[in-house]
Amino acid sequence: MAAGVATWLPFARAAAVGWLPLAKKTMPKPPVDNSSRSDEILYVNVSGVRFQTWKNTLDRYPDTLLGSSEKEFFYNEDTQEYFFDRDHEMFRHILNFYRTGKLHYPRHECIQAFDEELAFYGIVPEIIGDCCMEEYRDRKKENQERLAEDTEANESTDAPLPPHSTHRERLWRAFENPHTSTMALVFYYVTGFFIAVSVIANVVETVPCRPPKGKVGDLPCGEKYHLAFFCMDTACVLIFTFEYLMRLFAAPSRCKFMRSVMSVIDVVAIMPYYIGLVMPENEDVSGAFVTLRVFRVFRIFKFSRHSQGLRILGYTLKSCASELGFLLFSLTMAIIIFATVMFYAEKGTKSSTFTSIPASFWYTIVTMTTLGYGDMVPSTIAGKIFGSICSLSGVLVIALPVPVIVSNFSRIYHQNQRADKMRAQQKVRLARIRMAKKGTTNAFLQYKEDHTLGDRDSGSTALCVKNRSAFEHQHHHLLHCLEKTTNHEFTDEMTYSELCMTESVGFRTSRSTSLSSQQGAQNNSTGCCPRRARRRAAMRLANSTVSVSRGSVQELDTLHFKTTAIPPQTRSSLNAQPDDLKLNCGEQDFSAAIISIPTPPANTPDESLPPSPAPLAGILRNTRATAYTHDTVKISSL
Amino acid sequence: MGAVVGTLTMQTKQRRLSRDKADDDLEMTTVCHRPEGLDQLEAQTSFSKRELQVLYRGFKNECPSGIVNEDTFKQIYSKFFPHGDASAYAHYLFNAFDTGQTGSIMFEDFVNALSILLRGSVVEKLQWTFNLYDINRDGYISKEEMTDIVRAIYDMMGKYTYPVLKHDAPKQHVDAFFQKMDKNRDGVVTLDEFIFSCQEDENIMRSLQLFENVI
Repeated sequence: MAAGVATWLPFARAAAVGWLPLAKKTMPKPPVDNSSRSDEILYVNVSGVRFQTWKNTLDRYPDTLLGSSEKEFFYNEDTQEYFFDRDHEMFRHILNFYRTGKLHYPRHECIQAFDEELAFYGIVPEIIGDCCMEEYRDRKKENQERLAEDTEANESTDAPLPPHSTHRERLWRAFENPHTSTMALVFYYVTGFFIAVSVIANVVETVPCRPPKGKVGDLPCGEKYHLAFFCMDTACVLIFTFEYLMRLFAAPSRCKFMRSVMSVIDVVAIMPYYIGLVMPENEDVSGAFVTLRVFRVFRIFKFSRHSQGLRILGYTLKSCASELGFLLFSLTMAIIIFATVMFYAEKGTKSSTFTSIPASFWYTIVTMTTLGYGDMVPSTIAGKIFGSICSLSGVLVIALPVPVIVSNFSRIYHQNQRADKMRAQQKVRLARIRMAKKGTTNAFLQYKEDHTLGDRDSGSTALCVKNRSAFEHQHHHLLHCLEKTTNHEFTDEMTYSELCMTESVGFRTSRSTSLSSQQGAQNNSTGCCPRRARRRAAMRLANSTVSVSRGSVQELDTLHFKTTAIPPQTRSSLNAQPDDLKLNCGEQDFSAAIISIPTPPANTPDESLPPSPAPLAGILRNTRATAYTHDTVKISSL
Repeated sequence: MGAVVGTLTMQTKQRRLSRDKADDDLEMTTVCHRPEGLDQLEAQTSFSKRELQVLYRGFKNECPSGIVNEDTFKQIYSKFFPHGDASAYAHYLFNAFDTGQTGSIMFEDFVNALSILLRGSVVEKLQWTFNLYDINRDGYISKEEMTDIVRAIYDMMGKYTYPVLKHDAPKQHVDAFFQKMDKNRDGVVTLDEFIFSCQEDENIMRSLQLFENVI
């Protein structure tokens, strides 16, 4: 709009003097300009690089961040400038847009980064100038395509199965992705082997073998060892039929499956055999029967399930359909033209092989593809001239669409490579995510430990607390609140799996907590976790985290009380005891838990326990019904 | 046209022709929202200018377009709870933030809700919580609504918990809640019952102050 040329407005208004003598009516009153005329320089600090510009420049586009009042959110009172924590190189381009009215796309920048900057500053990408628009569009589309392909690859069948899948779904997965289970892999290789056997048998049975005694001429092996080949064929067809029926059964959408290319190939591969079985051995239909045997060679296409390269080739041809169509069309045009010309050029000569235009088609094709069999040769001079033009143009016409097909193939092939690479990277990525998750869990558990320890010993907390940022503190506090809401704790995977294992055994212990820091919530609980598992988890925790000086405390075992009612499904003989524990563990005092691993168990329970959990110790010692030995059951904390 | 020339060159423009329809999607201008002025927001909420600036910077970083839709909100919220699945609870939170039921949160909604939650009175905070629980906004919290909310909270815990999460833990939790809150035993909790019961409970009252130092 005219806002881009705002500086010329005074000139345009001044030039309006030229209308005054001609005016029919009186001129309207000029607008009262209350705003201060003086323009001010604004300072914009983008990651340390200070830009300066007139306020008017930025006001040219009031629907962007810099042109509207939104920039006040970024105003720093102390330094009297607008501070943006963004890329200053990109900001150059943004600011140039305000200055010149044209937005340029820097070619060396990543398209996504540029888009993000535009979104941040509230500038719509459509105003990119014509000089850079083409490039921008191309890069953006390429990026979007790549993202779409990547998400497609991600959603591929490599994802783990949902836990409740029927046999049918599992079977389908096994067929589509043989690497998921060994059975599927075995089946995959067996079918591959039989495809190969079938194809080789088809080939070998036409090779001439030495004739049996009494016959003179050579006999194809197929007829000599008729029975053997028939048995092999039967076996292969049986396996293929079985495979096809299984796939049909397992397919989630049978109609779609039956229409797919691979299924058609499968059917075509096995039908000749059955038709041959059904058809009688009379002479009239044996011609058609022989034709049907040709279809057996289609079995070789079944290999495309086993070979990625074949699939890529097929996909390339499919995606280049238009280019191939063009090739065909132009070739046909050229063939017709040259065939006509050659026919009329050679028409006069005697014993000319160019008997008709369709007959000349053969010559034209052979010449254009530079085959040159020599079975049809022009003899007149005109014919030879046109023949050479034909072969030269043939080279050109065929060479033109080929690069398109090649580039398509290359693109698809690279995309495939990338998918494979991504799949490999995915595993690494998942492992990294899992480790990061474990890290956060451990950090969180460590935080809880420190928090509980901190109430007893403010000195050591100060040491371990300063290792973590305020953000981490608040985040951990949030997670802790969630725990308190649900009355369950976060644990890591290993502890959980042990919990599950021992839960089935029915071994229960009770635990006490040292969380006096919470709002006085004192709970009693009976968990189902053996001390051994808890101790092991705590050990792992201690090993993996930075342990600040804790003196003689080798581990801190945190146990928990729970006020909720004891769940009715009590499994062991501890039913009577929980009430005792509820009463006993009402007190809040506890000494720091000391689990000394190498010391014999007999000492620690008696010494470190106050009298109240003594029945606890007794209970735990008694429940040795499981395989846990006395050593491992250490009542080490309170 | 260019198409004819294109077919004879090495460019794959033919494929592009069919994809030009996708261009129209690119043409669509990105929805962008600008918040009201700093002064107005300062008057509406109980934050200072500096605090609003800090809030806006963080907000704009995550959502440069100025509005948050539900998917983005779920993503952001899930980052804080890596153990479990926070999307269900994030959905309820989103509806609570989106007071106008527009399907997207703008900075004003965000800041208004934060103002209530961090600087509001006890009654205001409890009212906001009641609105969060009351999924269908009919003024009553039914057992089903509460069960949905509690289950969503338990989902955030994830799989690896101690003790192992039992299947009926949410239901028990809801029963205990209704035991406490539903004074007249009519199966639903109204706003007054809710506020009254919460004010009776010291723990809840004390913990309402817990998050005030967030900014």
